[in-house]
Amino acid sequence: MLFVLLWQLGSSSGIIPAAKLAAPTAILSAFWTLAVTGALWSDLIVSVGRVAAGFTIGITLGVTLALVVGLSRPGDFVLDPLLQMFRTLPYLGMTPLLILWFGIGEAPKIALVAFASVFPVYMTLLGGIRAIDPKLIETARVFGLGRWETIREVILPGSLAPALVGVRYALGAAWLSLVVGEQINADRGIGYMIMDARDFLRTDIIVVGLLLYAILGLSTDAIVRQIEARALAWRPKTLGANT
Amino acid sequence: MRTSVRVRDLTVTFAENAVLRELDLDIAPGEFVALLGRSGSGKTTLLRVLAGLQAATSGAIAVPSPSAVVFQEPRLLPWKHVVDNVAIGMHGDGVRERATAALREVGLEHRLDAWPSTLSGGEAQRAGLARALVRDPQFLLLDEPFASVDALTRLRMHDLVIDLWRLHGPSVLLVTHDVDEALLLADRIVLLEAGRIAADIPIALARPRESTNPHFGELRHRILDLLGVPQASSGPIAIPAGVPV
Repeated sequence: MLFVLLWQLGSSSGIIPAAKLAAPTAILSAFWTLAVTGALWSDLIVSVGRVAAGFTIGITLGVTLALVVGLSRPGDFVLDPLLQMFRTLPYLGMTPLLILWFGIGEAPKIALVAFASVFPVYMTLLGGIRAIDPKLIETARVFGLGRWETIREVILPGSLAPALVGVRYALGAAWLSLVVGEQINADRGIGYMIMDARDFLRTDIIVVGLLLYAILGLSTDAIVRQIEARALAWRPKTLGANT
Repeated sequence: MRTSVRVRDLTVTFAENAVLRELDLDIAPGEFVALLGRSGSGKTTLLRVLAGLQAATSGAIAVPSPSAVVFQEPRLLPWKHVVDNVAIGMHGDGVRERATAALREVGLEHRLDAWPSTLSGGEAQRAGLARALVRDPQFLLLDEPFASVDALTRLRMHDLVIDLWRLHGPSVLLVTHDVDEALLLADRIVLLEAGRIAADIPIALARPRESTNPHFGELRHRILDLLGVPQASSGPIAIPAGVPV
């Protein structure tokens, strides 16, 4: 609060020029204008849609790959080294390549988000699968569970805790990649709003955009934490385990 | 029709190392057999072969179906409520009712929807017993199921197992290294040593059994002799557990 107050004072007295950084009041009023005219919502929906699409693809791929690698020897031998190689690629640097492959429409942005979210999910779920007590899998066999039932009843629930941490990491990476993706050649979305505002030196709108990114990142993280709290209710309560 | 357990000429080899050698064993329908032996004698391996968890290197086995196992650790899935753990792998109508009934039999009807992590050691082991019983097994395999519970709980579990065995009448194979436990529970004690049956002793004591019974003491003496344990006191003696079997 103090920080915002100082910022406002600095802006009002002219120490912070509006062309560098708008005053909090200006940001609020810009937010209001954008919200009322509806420009904000349409851009917001576009951005959320991109993350939703990319993230869905990324998680689906990550879960599938982790299951294949974690549960089959050939998968482990063939796929894992390949994936580890891809994982080390600086994927944000691949943007030009993605544009060449997918053009400048939605596809490269979604691909970037998907790329960013695959590996956190893959790594944590695979780690979770490998950490499952083999005795539980043996028990499942003794009590007549088939392969798919074992995956559904034992392997996935048993590796859910680390996988959800991976999902949270993936969300962070997804939003970050969206920011990068939207700054290159977007004609809609929050990133576009920011780039457009830059051309008109509208630092108030730029800050609105940044705040939107932050709020979206926080709220999606909060959703996953809610899921965590419900899905992992079976875990014994440990000291200070609130996250 | 009730069938019996038949093991003929069973050999199990791990990396050139014969754990079970040309072993023959029969368990009649409804018979309670305790398999006694020190660590490394192959008793857990025999149980695992009979449970279908371990392949035989050679030999033939026939086991009545359905069979069910109670393990040394409860091995409940921590993310399933107790009742769902009991019903695991079962399908169709009335599964929950059957699981509930099994839990009632072991005295856990008040813990149906508890998480396994909130159960005490004895409760968890009883849930494991319910999970086996709900399948109405013709053959019940018990792998040292009382080894990890405290002495008092163990005594109560002994009574419970005998009651349930009398009620449902499965053949039972109890793996244990506790001579008194074997004497209290079994119709017959099979002594395993270095992968072979060293002795097969019928226990004709009337139930309920007391360790203060003079015949009990006699039998214990004889078995401990066979196991090569030097004896002085008459207190309960367990074969020291060292290397896992």
